[in-house]
Amino acid sequence: MEKFSYDNKIVKYFLMASIVFGFVGMLVGLTVALQLYWPQLNFNLQYTTFGRIRPLHTNAVIFAFVGNAMFAGVYYSMQRLLKARLFSDKLSWIHFWGWQLIILAAAITLPLGLSSGKEYAELEWPIDIAIALVWVVFGINMIGTIIKRRERHMYVAIWFYIATFITVAVLHIVNSFAMPVMLFKSYSWYAGVQDALVQWWYGHNAVAFFLTTPFLGIMYYFLPKAANRPVYSYKLSIIHFWSLIFIYIWAGPHHLLYTSLPDWAQSLGVVFSIMLIAPSWGGMLNGLLTLRGAWDRVREDPVLKFMVVAVTAYGMATLEGPLLSLKNVNGIAHFTDWIIAHVHIGGLGWNGFMIFGIAYWMVPKMFGTTLYSRSMANTHFWIATLGIIIYALPMYVAGIVQSLMWKQFSTEGTLVYSFLETVESIKPMYLMRGIGGALYIVGAVFMVVNIIKTMKQGSFIANEEAEAPALEKKKVTGTTHRILESKPVLFTVLTLVAILIGGILELVPTFLVKSNVPTIAAVKPYTPLELHGRDIYIREGCNNCHSQMVRPFRSEVSRYGEYSKAGEFVYDHPFLWGSKRTGPDLHREGIIKSGSSGAIWHYDHMYEPSTTSSGSIMPAYKWLYDQNIDLEMTPKMISALRKVGVPYAEGYEDIANEELEKQAQTIVDELSSKYSIDKDKEIVALIAYLKRLGTDITVK
Amino acid sequence: MFKHYFEGIDNVAVGPVISLIIFFVFFILLILWVLKVDEKYIVKMKNMPIEPNSESVSDQN
Repeated sequence: MEKFSYDNKIVKYFLMASIVFGFVGMLVGLTVALQLYWPQLNFNLQYTTFGRIRPLHTNAVIFAFVGNAMFAGVYYSMQRLLKARLFSDKLSWIHFWGWQLIILAAAITLPLGLSSGKEYAELEWPIDIAIALVWVVFGINMIGTIIKRRERHMYVAIWFYIATFITVAVLHIVNSFAMPVMLFKSYSWYAGVQDALVQWWYGHNAVAFFLTTPFLGIMYYFLPKAANRPVYSYKLSIIHFWSLIFIYIWAGPHHLLYTSLPDWAQSLGVVFSIMLIAPSWGGMLNGLLTLRGAWDRVREDPVLKFMVVAVTAYGMATLEGPLLSLKNVNGIAHFTDWIIAHVHIGGLGWNGFMIFGIAYWMVPKMFGTTLYSRSMANTHFWIATLGIIIYALPMYVAGIVQSLMWKQFSTEGTLVYSFLETVESIKPMYLMRGIGGALYIVGAVFMVVNIIKTMKQGSFIANEEAEAPALEKKKVTGTTHRILESKPVLFTVLTLVAILIGGILELVPTFLVKSNVPTIAAVKPYTPLELHGRDIYIREGCNNCHSQMVRPFRSEVSRYGEYSKAGEFVYDHPFLWGSKRTGPDLHREGIIKSGSSGAIWHYDHMYEPSTTSSGSIMPAYKWLYDQNIDLEMTPKMISALRKVGVPYAEGYEDIANEELEKQAQTIVDELSSKYSIDKDKEIVALIAYLKRLGTDITVK
Repeated sequence: MFKHYFEGIDNVAVGPVISLIIFFVFFILLILWVLKVDEKYIVKMKNMPIEPNSESVSDQN
C-alpha cells in the first residue's frame, strides 16, 4: 500500500472562484437583460452599453463560472478515480492563477471595447495566447496525473475530461488565428463565409466540449457518488462517449442555416445535429436511470435534486437543439429570443444546477462535516427552479411572437408590422425574464450563506490522506479497447483523431471555396474611413443586436432588400453576420438609408435613437460625436488586412489617410444642411460604414 | 450551388464514400466491442466511483 494525499486546496480555490465570478457574471447578465427594458441603465457610459457588456456576461458565465467549476470538479474526481494526487502542485497553481488573470483581463478589455468581434471568442490575441498556454498547463497536469495513476483503468469520466482538453485546445487555436494590428487589436485570419464556418464550428463545439463533455464526466462521477449507486449502464456510457465526440464536431453549421454558407455544409450540420439526439439522450437516460430504486432519496437530498433537474435540463436542451437545427424550425427561431431561452435552459439548468449539486457535495466532504442546512439548500433549489421557468417561458413566447410578427403579411401583400412594433410587443417579456434571472441570483445567495456556514462548522482538510496499492507493471490483455484505455496517451491521440475527422471534412472544402466562390466583381475592399467605421461597429458590439445576413425569405427580402450572397463578404475580417436580431438587420442599410437624408438619419439616430425611432431600446452613442478617429492606425490596419488577403495596392497605406479625409468631407457635406461636425469624429466613420453596407451589388 | 465548389476537387466522389465507411466501421466495431466485452471489467468499472477503496482513509472511517 502506498500512502498519498488528495489536493483539496486547489479544488476549493477553483470552486470559490467559480462562485464569486458566477455572481459577477449573473449580475452583469441581469443588467444587460434589464437594459433591454430600460436602455438608460447603461447610465450613458460607453463602457456599460449592451453591446460591450453582453460579451462580458457570456464570457464571465462560460469561462469564469462554468470554467472554474469544471476545473474544481475535474480535479476533485480525477484524483479519486485515478487514486493519485495531481501531477504537480506547481502546475495546479499556475493553472489557477493563470486562469483568474485571464478572467481579469477579460473583465477589463471587454468593457473597453477591445473585441475581436467573434461571439464567445471576443478576447483579443494576447489573451488568446494566454488562454492557450494555461489550457496546456491544465492538459499537462491532467495527462501527468493519469500517467502516475494507481488505478489501471480509466473510468469513463476521465475519457470525457481528455476529450474536453484536446478538443477545446484545437477549437480555440484554429478559431483564434488573427493578424494583429497592435496590442489588443487584430483582424480574423478568415473572411466572410469561411470565418462564419470556423466561428460556428468553434462556437457550437465550445458548447459541446466546454459546457457539455466535462460536465458529463462530472455527472458520471458525482451522480453515482451522491446516489451511492453505480451508473445504470457502463456499456451505454462507452457508446455515449464515442458517439458524442464523434458526432458533435460536425454539427456547427446548423448555426448558419439559410445564410450564405454553401448548402452542402448546412445540410451536413442538420443531419449530424439530428443524429446527436441519440448519444445525448443515451447520456441523459443513463444519468436518470442511475437513480432507479433511489428516487425516494431525491425527495430529501438537495444534491440529487439539483442533479436530476440538471440532467433533465440537459435532455430538454439536447432535444430542442436538434429540432432547432431543422431548417423549417430554424427559419422561425433563428435571430429571436427563442435561442436565448434555449441556451439558458442549458446554462442555468444543466451547468448551473450541476455546479450547485457538486458544490453541495464537495464542500462538506472537504471540510469533514455535513451540509449546514438542508432546508436552505432546498429553498435554493426551488427558487432557482422557479427562476429558470420564469426566465425561459417569456423568452420562448417573445421569440415565437416576434418571429411571426416579422413574417406577417397583409392581404395586400405588404408587411404588417414595423420592426419597432415587434420590439414593443415583446418588451414586457424582457422585464419578466429579468425577474426570472433575479430569482436565480437570489437562490445563489442562499447557497453562499449555506456554504460559508458549512465551512465554518467544519475544518478544511487541505491534504486528504489516502492509500492504494501501486500500479503493477503488467501487460494488459483482453480486448483492444481495454488495452486502449489503459494507455492514456494513445487514447488521447485517438480522441484527437475522432474529433479531427469531423473538423477536417467540414472545414477543408470550405477553404477551397476561396478559389471557387462566385466572386462578384463589384465587391471592393472597404475604404479607410469605412474600415474605421467597421472597427467602431465591432468595438461597440453592434453585432450583438444587429445581424448582417438577409435570409432568402419573402418576409426578409421585403423588409431589408436583396438577400445576402456569399461573394459579398470576401473582405469581411471578421464576418459580422450576428446571431440575434434585437434590432433590425443591417446588411442592406446602405441601400435603405442612402444619400444625404440617410447620413442625417444615422446622425440623429446614433445621438438619441428615440428621436428617429420612438420606443427604441437602443442606447444613445453620444461619445461618438466627441471622440476622434485614430488616424495613426490607418496604415497599420491596411497592412494587416493586406496580409490576410485583402487586395489593397502596395503603398496604399501611405495615401490611405488622404483618401479617408476626402471621404469624411463628403459625409460632413451631406450632413451640412442640418449639422456641422468635424470630419475626424468617430460618428463620421460609422456613418460612412453604415452607408456602404450592402451597396456593392447595386448598379452604380 | 455546392456543385460549383466541388468541381474543382479531384476524385471528389470518393469523399462521401470514405466518410460513410469511417462512420459505419467505427460504430460497428464499437457495438461489437461493447457486446463482447468482459462482464467482470464492466462491473469493476461501474463500481469505481463508489467502491470503498476509492475513498480517502478519512472517508472509510
